[in-house]
Amino acid sequence: MANQIFEYAAAPESRTVVDIAPSYGLFIDGDWVDGGTDSTRFDTVNPATEEVLSEVTAAGPADVERAISAARKAYDQVWSTLSGTDRGKYLFRIARIMQERAREFAVLETLDNGKPIKESRDFDVPTAAAHFFYYAGWADKLEYAGLGSTPHPRGVVGQIIPWNFPLLMLAWKIAPALAAGNTVVLKPAETTPLTALLFAEVCQQAELPPGVVNIVTGDGETGRLLVEHPDVNKIAFTGSTEVGKAIARSVAGSGKGLTLELGGKAANIVYDDAPIDEAIEGIVNGIFFNQGHVCCAGSRLLVQESIADDVVARLQRRIGTLRLGDPMDKNTDVGAINSAAQLARVTELTAAGEAEGATRWSAACALPERGYWFAPTIFTNVSQAHRIAQQEVFGPVLAVLTFRTPAEAVAKANNTPYGLSAGIWSDKGSRVLWTADRLRAGVVWANTFNKFDPTSPFGGYKESGYGREGGRHGLLPYLMSGAST
Amino acid sequence: MSLADTSQTRELAPSTARDVTGTSHLDDASLRRFLHGLPGVDEVGAKARAADLGTRSIKTTSKAWALDLAISMVDLTTLEGADTAGKVQALCAKAVRPDADDPSCPSAGAVCVYNDLVPIAVAALRGTGVKVAAVSTAFPSGRANLAVKLADTADAVAAGADEIDMVIDRGAFLSGRYLQVFEEITAVAAACRANGAKAHLKVILETGELVTYDNVRRASWLAMLAGADFIKTSTGKVPVAATLPVTLVMLEAVRDWRQQTGQIIGVKPAGGIRTAKDALKYLVTVSEVAGADWLSPDRFRFGASTLLNDLLMQRKKLSSGHYTGTDYVTLD
Repeated sequence: MANQIFEYAAAPESRTVVDIAPSYGLFIDGDWVDGGTDSTRFDTVNPATEEVLSEVTAAGPADVERAISAARKAYDQVWSTLSGTDRGKYLFRIARIMQERAREFAVLETLDNGKPIKESRDFDVPTAAAHFFYYAGWADKLEYAGLGSTPHPRGVVGQIIPWNFPLLMLAWKIAPALAAGNTVVLKPAETTPLTALLFAEVCQQAELPPGVVNIVTGDGETGRLLVEHPDVNKIAFTGSTEVGKAIARSVAGSGKGLTLELGGKAANIVYDDAPIDEAIEGIVNGIFFNQGHVCCAGSRLLVQESIADDVVARLQRRIGTLRLGDPMDKNTDVGAINSAAQLARVTELTAAGEAEGATRWSAACALPERGYWFAPTIFTNVSQAHRIAQQEVFGPVLAVLTFRTPAEAVAKANNTPYGLSAGIWSDKGSRVLWTADRLRAGVVWANTFNKFDPTSPFGGYKESGYGREGGRHGLLPYLMSGAST
Repeated sequence: MSLADTSQTRELAPSTARDVTGTSHLDDASLRRFLHGLPGVDEVGAKARAADLGTRSIKTTSKAWALDLAISMVDLTTLEGADTAGKVQALCAKAVRPDADDPSCPSAGAVCVYNDLVPIAVAALRGTGVKVAAVSTAFPSGRANLAVKLADTADAVAAGADEIDMVIDRGAFLSGRYLQVFEEITAVAAACRANGAKAHLKVILETGELVTYDNVRRASWLAMLAGADFIKTSTGKVPVAATLPVTLVMLEAVRDWRQQTGQIIGVKPAGGIRTAKDALKYLVTVSEVAGADWLSPDRFRFGASTLLNDLLMQRKKLSSGHYTGTDYVTLD
């Protein structure tokens, strides 16, 4: 038998499991309602094909008011009167229904976001359900959260989530909020509302009391209304540093609690004694997982100079086996960029990288005709002063820098306004521990990357934000110590 | 590059080894410096990569192609004390024509037997293209002196074996006597080419006894330095045989060896691969880690016995649309 290339035939996941309505209203007080007169409507699009998936509502001021009132009423009259055990039951129910409808959620997430079905199916949906299972267990154990024996919830919380992991970010926000006894008004990202709207169906299926969870779709303006509303006790935001700063300014002096999970420019440090093949996997996963749309992406490779050429060569060979294309194909590794706007940003920053004098290398893959696509790209000959070493690209673009000594690696890794995550690759345990001690990053991975768990607190230092999500620490922003006022 | 080409260069193994390791004199210390200087393998990361490769979805035309390729790569094996001429003949018939109803089904790659049954296999397989592989060097334990091991090999080669599957001395390896392991391999390789013979050499590392992936990497390189044509995971006679992560590490070794020397050395996982689904995961791993040049029976084999029937059942299902059962494939 002659040598041939092993071609993988198309292995598409079926779309028939999802039933997308032609249009959606808002989910307020346990029911679907049309937007008020000051609301508008906009399309949500499949970024892999540019087809319109549905028309959704951008909530106006009256809608946001309505949602917050519903949340307040539900808090005062129902949710705060329930025992922790009973709140936990609703959360367990939601978690179970999410798992039962896992395929539906995964397909919908891929259609709306553009990420490969392999990722939605194997990572996003199971991890989202896991967060609900985990925090369901906390609901009746709040006296062990570290805020004394009678901590109480903040009340009504406003939550704004990004488009990169729509369902997972929803789970990170809603699960601890509800477990702690708060009620929620959540605004999903403009380009990825659909799994949040399906989640609203799950709330109905779980017979969650009306008003405990409210989903108001919309854009930045809807978010601003939510942030500025006086009857919201706490805001949780995940998104860009720029918007995070605006929210912090807006909330200052209002008495509202605030947690921010913002951007990053994580360094993936590869020492000369790293397990090379596994380090290559970690680098690739660090920057190309989810098309690089990850706040904690390893977007800077800091490689020891003595092995830099070998590592870059191996990286290029490895990237050659990544499959870019239809996100609904089970063998796709790299999906679509989430929106035309994001693609423009990635393209602009990449062009800036070339203009600054860095050397660009892109994977030779055919990009589909329609949709928003960007080939995995590596920049070498990058220095700290380049824009592509400092600014978050939020796309499949890796900046490669070198270092000579461990101290230099640490200095370069920390030399950024961000501080969300970092990776360390070395076979020598003492070096890993020494480095981890000195990195100013909220999450440090050693000989691995992008590992998440509901029990593990996630969040950043410096301009990557403050507050943690996951674990006992993830509960704290949603609670206050002492008796209710 | 076919195997016939590599046998020429394999004769220069000691000088190639000195070149590759960058040393003027091969001894335990210099081999140790080289082997222990290879990058480590992170076990968690290697297992994760193997698991990830196992999620590839191989369907329709690519599945049909892969099943046929896998069948052509099977080294159909019987290595039992109770083996007889009758048993070996039945196995050979199966290897030549695995599916009595379907002549389009490829033959297996080889039949693998103990060396005293080689003449039976050679006679049964004459003219069919299916190779005869013999295990040798005091298989499976490798616990005998070099003279005995070489006699074992010479015997099989003289009887007409196309391929010799030798075992390394794991005791020597684990106690750091790398030169001894090296020299035993070069001696066996020489025996494979004595008197005009052109038997090619598979070196069994017995990865289940080496345990760590670092050892697997080092043993792979040592075998390649010493002139192996193929590196093979296991004898199938100890509890832990081939696994996907171990095979992954060995594929990385042959990939890097080719990068450095231009030579292509084959890989054979053996033992514990029972289902077609598993076999396809191995082929995906070969393709994505080493590359398309290894997707051929000259470069990759499965050491298996029950695997062939599962491949046949999957093949029948693809062509007919429904599953048959174990009554519809032969037990040999």
